[in-house]
Amino acid sequence: MSVLVFVENWDGKFKKLTFEIVSYASKLAELLNTSAIALSVGNVENLELEKLGKYGAQKIISATNEKLNVLDNRIYTDVIADFARKEGAEVIVLANNITGKALAPRLSVNLSAGIGSGVGKLPISLDPFVVFKKVYSGNAFAHVRIKSRIKILTLAQNSFEVIETGNNASIEQHKIQVRDEIFNTHVQEVQKQTGKIVLTDADIVISGGRGMKSPDNWPPLVELAGLLGGALACSRPVSDEGWRPHEEHTGQTGKIIAPNLYIAVGISGSTQHIAGVSSSKYIVAINIDKDAPIFANAQYGIIGDAVKILPKLIDAVKEVKGK
Amino acid sequence: MKILVCISNVPDTTTKIKFIDDNKKLDTTGIQWIINPWDELSLTRALDMKDDAASGVQKVTVAHVGLGSSEPTIRKALAMGADDAIRINAEPIDAFFVAAQLSEVIKNAGFDIILCGIESSDYNGSTAGGMLAEFLGYPSVSSVSSIKSENGQIIMTREIDGGKEIISMPVPLVAIIQKGIAKEPRIAAMRGIMTARTKPINVSQPITIESLTEVINYEMPKPRAACKFVDPENPKQLVELLQNEAKVI
Ligand SMILES: Cc1cc2nc3c(=O)[nH]c(=O)nc-3n(C[C@H](O)[C@H](O)[C@H](O)COP(=O)(O)OP(=O)(O)OC[C@H]3O[C@@H](n4cnc5c(N)ncnc54)[C@H](O)[C@@H]3O)c2cc1C
Ligand SMILES: Nc1ncnc2c1ncn2[C@@H]1O[C@H](COP(=O)(O)O)[C@@H](O)[C@H]1O
Repeated sequence: MSVLVFVENWDGKFKKLTFEIVSYASKLAELLNTSAIALSVGNVENLELEKLGKYGAQKIISATNEKLNVLDNRIYTDVIADFARKEGAEVIVLANNITGKALAPRLSVNLSAGIGSGVGKLPISLDPFVVFKKVYSGNAFAHVRIKSRIKILTLAQNSFEVIETGNNASIEQHKIQVRDEIFNTHVQEVQKQTGKIVLTDADIVISGGRGMKSPDNWPPLVELAGLLGGALACSRPVSDEGWRPHEEHTGQTGKIIAPNLYIAVGISGSTQHIAGVSSSKYIVAINIDKDAPIFANAQYGIIGDAVKILPKLIDAVKEVKGK
Repeated sequence: MKILVCISNVPDTTTKIKFIDDNKKLDTTGIQWIINPWDELSLTRALDMKDDAASGVQKVTVAHVGLGSSEPTIRKALAMGADDAIRINAEPIDAFFVAAQLSEVIKNAGFDIILCGIESSDYNGSTAGGMLAEFLGYPSVSSVSSIKSENGQIIMTREIDGGKEIISMPVPLVAIIQKGIAKEPRIAAMRGIMTARTKPINVSQPITIESLTEVINYEMPKPRAACKFVDPENPKQLVELLQNEAKVI
């Protein structure tokens, strides 16, 4: 028996998200009286792999093969399912990010394992196995029972504290075989933005809506994001109008994010927008309309004209940050 | 080439969600049902591909697992331009059940491209598409933001963290669709609505399969604490709250 946690790497490195899911898996393993095993797929150096032990992984499996440098969903599913069987995994934990969403469903069918997707906390009960998940785009939650012997959980980003336990873990290296005949993902080209904080990773997000009136009014938002070390986001009409790039659109049909702080400027707070940001720890709204629905979702608010407020806010941040 | 678009039937995204029967069931009174927004965009893209003779797409079918009550949603897809529809007559219990039912009718039907949405706006599972691919033994690509067909190969854009990849893949395949695939959903024209009435909806009976999960009950989100307002003349107060109270900057 074990809890197996699949850890993705980004050019051989892990992220805070990785340590969140490893912390989650080891806490869950503790509750189940078993151990957490981390499975890394693709090339990662030992020094990086060792970090996983700090967050409670008792064993680290590093599976490598040249074919694993590209995410082919079937090949990855094969690899993870194989190790899940070998290690007698009772629960498999993945991140609820792009990769987790691509793999968890295939694993589910492969292992006849029910999924609790996008969970934000430990199960409500272990027997029966019941998890708590967001439904109706954040307008409700459900208690979902997973009936199968093996369970798959995908953990929502920024929902679980990183816990350092200081374990020393053993590392097992496996050069593995893959089924070449099912490899079908031929990457022609990769386009990466560099030097920018990836929106879904950001702890602080500064977001502008149609209330910003024109793309010419964005420099203060950019400056604020720079000062706070945050990423930029926007509402859908803003990206539809081409004021800002599509990658910045948050909401039900855009990116779903969970930063510690989301500052919404000139955004009305439609249900579809909130669906993408409701998991933020703190929401600040700046809006000229005191009745804007965004205020019902915010902890802090300023009622007024954003164009006038932003320069003062920037000065205040500079003062506090001593810049 | 034949495209299949899997559609789920969900409450309009602005619906006030309420539950009945001790929070065990959704209160459906007054709910407007729509095609899941992702599926509407997938269908739009499929129809655009069919309109482009060079893409070699001859037919667009929609498939849905649901009871007769969701036929208006299927008719809407037909009115948008789908050629025909398959409805598997069962209450969708969970994504595993849905994917198993879909794979049963798809497996020998010769579809080349199967489109699913990244998530249903009701259950927010993000799982049915990948499950379907695994049941069928087809390759899948997730987070697809563009798709076209070129000389029998399918070219797709896949979103990755902080960028994108252009991928080619042979058919048959399952593509799981996200933002970017089409800008606005296609609107059904009057003529489409008229012809939709005569297009076939092929109803098939479900196979017996156990779901792997079940919803025990629902719960409404706790209301957030009331918003603290800060004087617009003095945003410094906000910065102090963020630093000392929320401790987020
Ligand atoms: C199926 C579907 C999916 C959708 N998905 C998304 C999604 O993913 N994300 C998304 O964002 N939207 C989405 N939408 C659109 C959504 O319904 C709203 O139309 C959109 O979020 C509104 O954007 P906004 O708040 O920027 O603009 P508006 O609603 O126009 O609000 C502008 C706000 O700015 C304020 N304002 C004006 N002037 C000033 C000023 N000088 N200073 C300060 N404030 C000012 C106004 O009071 C107002 O509250 C979706 C819609 C549908 C139907
Ligand atoms: N009842 C259903 N019938 C047909 N397709 C469905 C059904 N439910 C979900 N899907 C498909 O699976 C996608 C993802 O749904 P989900 O996994 O429920 O979030 C949807 O966008 C649809 O393409």
